[in-house]
Amino acid sequence: MGSPALLAAAGQVGGDFFKERTSDTLPCQAQSNHLFCWDWTKENIDRYGTPTVQHLEIVLLSVLIGFFVAFALALIAHRNRWIQPPLLAATGILYTIPSIAFFFLLLPVTGFGRDTAIIVLAAYTLQIIYRNTILGLANVPGSVKDAARGMGLTQRQILWKVELPLAIPEIIAGLRVAVVSTIAIATLVVFINAGGLGTQMYGSGNLTFPTSIIIAAAIVMAMALAFDLVLLTAQRLTTPWRRVRSA
Amino acid sequence: MSTLPFASFGGAIEFIFSPQESNVTGGNEVGGFDKSLELLLKHLEVTALALAIALIVALPLGLYLGHKGRGELFAVGFGNAGRAIPELAVIALVAVLIGVGLKTVAPALAILGIAPILVNTYVGVRQVDPAAVEAARGMGMSELGIIRKVELPLAIPTVMGGIRSAAIVILATATIAPLAGVETLGDFIINRNVYGENGLLAGAILVALLALTIEGSLALLQRRLTSDGLKVKTA
Repeated sequence: MGSPALLAAAGQVGGDFFKERTSDTLPCQAQSNHLFCWDWTKENIDRYGTPTVQHLEIVLLSVLIGFFVAFALALIAHRNRWIQPPLLAATGILYTIPSIAFFFLLLPVTGFGRDTAIIVLAAYTLQIIYRNTILGLANVPGSVKDAARGMGLTQRQILWKVELPLAIPEIIAGLRVAVVSTIAIATLVVFINAGGLGTQMYGSGNLTFPTSIIIAAAIVMAMALAFDLVLLTAQRLTTPWRRVRSA
Repeated sequence: MSTLPFASFGGAIEFIFSPQESNVTGGNEVGGFDKSLELLLKHLEVTALALAIALIVALPLGLYLGHKGRGELFAVGFGNAGRAIPELAVIALVAVLIGVGLKTVAPALAILGIAPILVNTYVGVRQVDPAAVEAARGMGMSELGIIRKVELPLAIPTVMGGIRSAAIVILATATIAPLAGVETLGDFIINRNVYGENGLLAGAILVALLALTIEGSLALLQRRLTSDGLKVKTA
């Protein structure tokens, strides 16, 4: 269709990026094939503050909610094996539905905005966190559980003091994948007016210009890398016995 | 922000099958079965093309690196970094810098599919029992024969897992391909000022159903491709 998106795609850029300039002082981003404009970046880097904070909030809330739901489901399924296959299938369906489609499927119910974004992104993390938690709990050696039982630990103590600590590597591995993919996918919440760094790639019906897209993408990827490293460190700190073994 | 006053699931279903007046076009009829089918086929075309490119690049590379046992840092690092690439940025940059249309969008989408296929193929081949490879070598199989007849069949479940992830991420991202001039089902969603709110919802329904269908078909294909010997072990 003859959409604004197409015009932007053809190399034109949104007018609001250089409103105060006249045509003969157009900065470098006005040239559609210009890859990266340092001058513009130096002047405008502060415009990325608010979208970055919004992006972080959406990601953290989504992953937090997703984690608690998935973790609870995994604990229930750990005790009641029969619900594992249906839960895996259900979370698999949520994981398969493309997030953009999912946003708009919820629109008649929850409308535009952040709530819809968080519900969809949280639903998206369920599968990976649930599956890894179940896997981690299943990998705990039977002999360890027998020893714990022999020492007089109750079922609940065995779960929290033996099984879950031993499952931490798998749980955090799932969390890492969930966080990194959620940070990337959260750029798409711009389509339901939920803000975030996607607004600096596509805003008011237009694609922005290369410099802005590249800066926003770089912030997204840096954020993903930072969270990945933090979780990796957390995993090392919470499983000291692993370091001993590998040393 | 509010919910959509004009959108309803009933209205969206009607939109898919017969052209409707939308709430934004003042009497013009939009949507309908022919339009839906046209966009669906385009969506499938760009997804299949991108997946094919990703397979051609990532599968041989993953098999080679896995067979040689080299480049673990590259394969796994690439797979992890691939997850962090924002899909919107890939489509937007390609559209703005290189140009619009199937020829630029399909390779761009392929980039997103390469990471999961590469890392899963690598890991799958590495997990093959070295004894099986040694036995094949002892029987006089060539290195290429070992890859084709021993390592690949044993790695199929993992490899197919990667291909399924790739297919889903490509299909999902093809939804925003209309930003780069390829009219997929996302056209109903991106151009909501043309199709109205029932069109928006119709697009979402069709994309979701398409994704679930493709995922289901690939799961079936995986079962067909997995050798019977492997199925017994997992059952």
